[in-house]
Amino acid sequence: MSANDNQNRAEAADIRIEGVNLSYGKTHVLKDVSLAIEPGEFFAFLGPSGCGKTTLLRLIAGFNVAQTGSVRIGGAEVADLPPWKRDVGMVFQSYALWPHMSVARNVAFGLEERHLPRDEITLRVDEALDLVELKHLKDRKPAQLSGGQQQRVALARTIAVRPKVLLLDEPLSNLDAKMRVQVRSELRELQSRLGITTIFVTHDQEEANSICDRVAVFHDGAIQQVGTPIELYDRPANLFVANFLGTANILAGKAAGEGAVFEVEGGGCFAIPASTRVEEGARLVFRPQDVFIGDPAADGPAGIVIAREFLGATMRYVVRIGNGDVMVDLPHRAGATPYQPGDRVGVTLDPARAMFLAR
Amino acid sequence: MAEATGIAAPVARSAQPGSAMMGHWLAIAGITGFLGLFLVIPVAMVILVAFQDPSSGAFTLVNFADFLRNDLFLRAFGNSFYVSIMSVVWASLFALPLAYFTTRFEFRGAAIVQTLGVIPLIMPPFAGAVAMQLIFGRNGSINLLLGDWFDINVPFMEGLNGVIFVQSVHYFPFILINLTASLRNIDRAMEEAAQNLGCSGFRLFRRIVFPLAMPGFIAGASLVFIKVFDDLATPLLLNVKDMLAPQAYLRITSVGLKDPTGYVISVVLIVFSVLSLFVASLATRGQDYATVQRGGGGLSKRRMNPAQAVLAYGVIGLILLLVLAPHLGLGLLSLATIWSYSPLPDGYTLDHYARVLGESWQFISNTLLYASLAGLIDVVLGTAIAYLVLRTKIAGRHWLDYMASAALAVPGVVLGIGYLRAYYGVSLPSGQSVTSFWFIIVIALAVRRLPYALRACMAAMQQVSVSLEEAAENLGATKARTIRRIVVPLMTGGIVAGFVTSFATAAVELSATMMLVQNTSDAPLAYGLYVFMQSPAGRGAGAALGMIAVLIVGLSTYLSTVLAERDRAAKAGSTS
Repeated sequence: MSANDNQNRAEAADIRIEGVNLSYGKTHVLKDVSLAIEPGEFFAFLGPSGCGKTTLLRLIAGFNVAQTGSVRIGGAEVADLPPWKRDVGMVFQSYALWPHMSVARNVAFGLEERHLPRDEITLRVDEALDLVELKHLKDRKPAQLSGGQQQRVALARTIAVRPKVLLLDEPLSNLDAKMRVQVRSELRELQSRLGITTIFVTHDQEEANSICDRVAVFHDGAIQQVGTPIELYDRPANLFVANFLGTANILAGKAAGEGAVFEVEGGGCFAIPASTRVEEGARLVFRPQDVFIGDPAADGPAGIVIAREFLGATMRYVVRIGNGDVMVDLPHRAGATPYQPGDRVGVTLDPARAMFLAR
Repeated sequence: MAEATGIAAPVARSAQPGSAMMGHWLAIAGITGFLGLFLVIPVAMVILVAFQDPSSGAFTLVNFADFLRNDLFLRAFGNSFYVSIMSVVWASLFALPLAYFTTRFEFRGAAIVQTLGVIPLIMPPFAGAVAMQLIFGRNGSINLLLGDWFDINVPFMEGLNGVIFVQSVHYFPFILINLTASLRNIDRAMEEAAQNLGCSGFRLFRRIVFPLAMPGFIAGASLVFIKVFDDLATPLLLNVKDMLAPQAYLRITSVGLKDPTGYVISVVLIVFSVLSLFVASLATRGQDYATVQRGGGGLSKRRMNPAQAVLAYGVIGLILLLVLAPHLGLGLLSLATIWSYSPLPDGYTLDHYARVLGESWQFISNTLLYASLAGLIDVVLGTAIAYLVLRTKIAGRHWLDYMASAALAVPGVVLGIGYLRAYYGVSLPSGQSVTSFWFIIVIALAVRRLPYALRACMAAMQQVSVSLEEAAENLGATKARTIRRIVVPLMTGGIVAGFVTSFATAAVELSATMMLVQNTSDAPLAYGLYVFMQSPAGRGAGAALGMIAVLIVGLSTYLSTVLAERDRAAKAGSTS
């Protein structure tokens, strides 16, 4: 780590959100949200559009005001501060680069507002632009930059003021697919160099999973689950999370035979670990790669292949069991004979991978 | 038909059937002929004469040298320039608070403020001028009251002040409209990003909001500048003669068509028109940047604290009172028995209206006829040009657009002078000169308003997806039938808007008209108003006529809004 990075490295702050409620008229946008983000964490707000994730981000920046609750950054309550007194750096989805100012003027803006001496402003503008490798474009106007460059200028403008925390509002959504993959790893690298607590808002689970330490899944104005990407994938707290992260088979039915099997509605039984307690109305949930098909056998229900989709590394079969369809991913091997639609097959589930979620 | 197309197409390597191509060329010939005869040739003539020796006809710069040696003309030029700049300054002072408060804050009655703010445009400025004399003049209501209370007299309406005051009150909506649109287009993230970096309050306005709204402001300001610079009627009515447009008018009407000075002044007016239009186009080209970014539009609206609210409503109330004063004054004057040397009229009567509707009905019917015909010509030309430019690939088609839009840069006085010069000697079969035939007024109005109607038609056609036309052609409709059955119905909203804009502004035009009216029985309302206002006895009737003009323009503007709204609703319904 260079001296340069050390200078940019701010004391990482934690974020504590407690009991935040926000509504616009009758629409309850944030419902009793509480969350703890640790110093230096790269944290994601993940959810479909309209779930409240951006609302919460803007609330932290001070652009939305909650009816109740507290927001503390580095121990200090900020709920009553206006945006310009919060020292919270935000990178906007549209980048919001001011078109009437050059790149350097854009980056200098926040430093000028903090009334730093001229020399220091010049120094820190150069530093920030160095960090995003755009120093050679400092005299350009934003309109003369590519989307990816604009994004980096927006980032430089924000980190130049060394904010306590960094908020990124869908920072990759205006980039093309290839740039997105490149920029997200650059973001991760920059964040770990600066060690700044960062919140990353996205609706793309792949983005969240690939670069974030922990993820909060939002739905309908409430946080559904908080955890590392692997925890969320392997142990989803509810049906929404199971379905939103990756692909999940969800089957209605009930446990039978003292908890050793699960009877799927309309026919067929899956073996499950003995004496599993299955709540009334809970669904059987499992991933397509945790289930296998073969010749009809005794330890699983039989079904009929009704469709198949070739995905490259895997072949995905859709098998009808009773009233429900189950997706089954089998690794693809060159020359292997796949099953055909219409084939009668037996379906086996690894009992250890069966999950039961009530809602 | 289908067979003929099949044969013709491979030869022309074009998707256009031969008969449609014929139609296009006919339309182009018609449009070019019309604009050539009634815009290009007259204006070219004016410019030419300015550079000609009056007796020999040889090329010379002597006329310009004479202009520069003449103190009166130099003063007129200086005055025109000063008045235009000051009008821009005052118009900005009126427009800025209205635009900023209504877009930036949660403002009760923002819609009302915006509507009231546009009302001055629907009154002919010269109509307001007389009313303003009565309210703000040396012996007007305000000064009488100020004299009684504080013993002071403010020269609001003295000389050039009067022109500046009347013009800025009349034209400030151009700045208001453009500035408001600009402010609304600013991505709210632009402002939030600045707040996020520690900027707020007036600094935020100065460093981010105003610079981003600048293009709209410049566009509006240069429009105001050019309108004031070119205006003939207002200074004449206020009896200010040492400005450029009045000098051109007086030269031609008193010295005669041969005098070169009028033409030199015309060239100066054209040069300044072109310059300020150029500035405006530069500014609006830069405006792309305000809207280029995605995300929420418009400034975020803030709640005002009580002190701010009192201040804001106070300022806005004062401005509205000021800019609506001409309407109030004109209304009072049209109902007044006698109104002079007193804050309010002595008594009230409807006699003026009776008189105007009785003996001067001619003015009103002429206006309705002329403005309707001009509007009609404009939408026909506008639709045709829009179609040719946007839907065909004919080389040079953009020149139709440029030629029609060039009318923007031609002041009314200049067009009037051009018509007189070019067609004074040309006679109709009846022996009457073309320039004294009433239809020449209609043509002048049509040419002057064409750029506005054209923009409306262009915008409307851009909203009709090409695939809708292709679908009709695919089902067997010819080009002509597609235009009639698909394109025109879908453009109705825009065409109506174009017609109304042309109609409403033509109804109160008085620059070209003043040059071309030869005979009072052919005169439109605006001219009648001017004639009435010349004598103190005619003022009441003039004011009544002015109120009728306001009514006509106001009603048609309202109607177009309703129609546009209904049209939009109908289209939204059909697509959902």
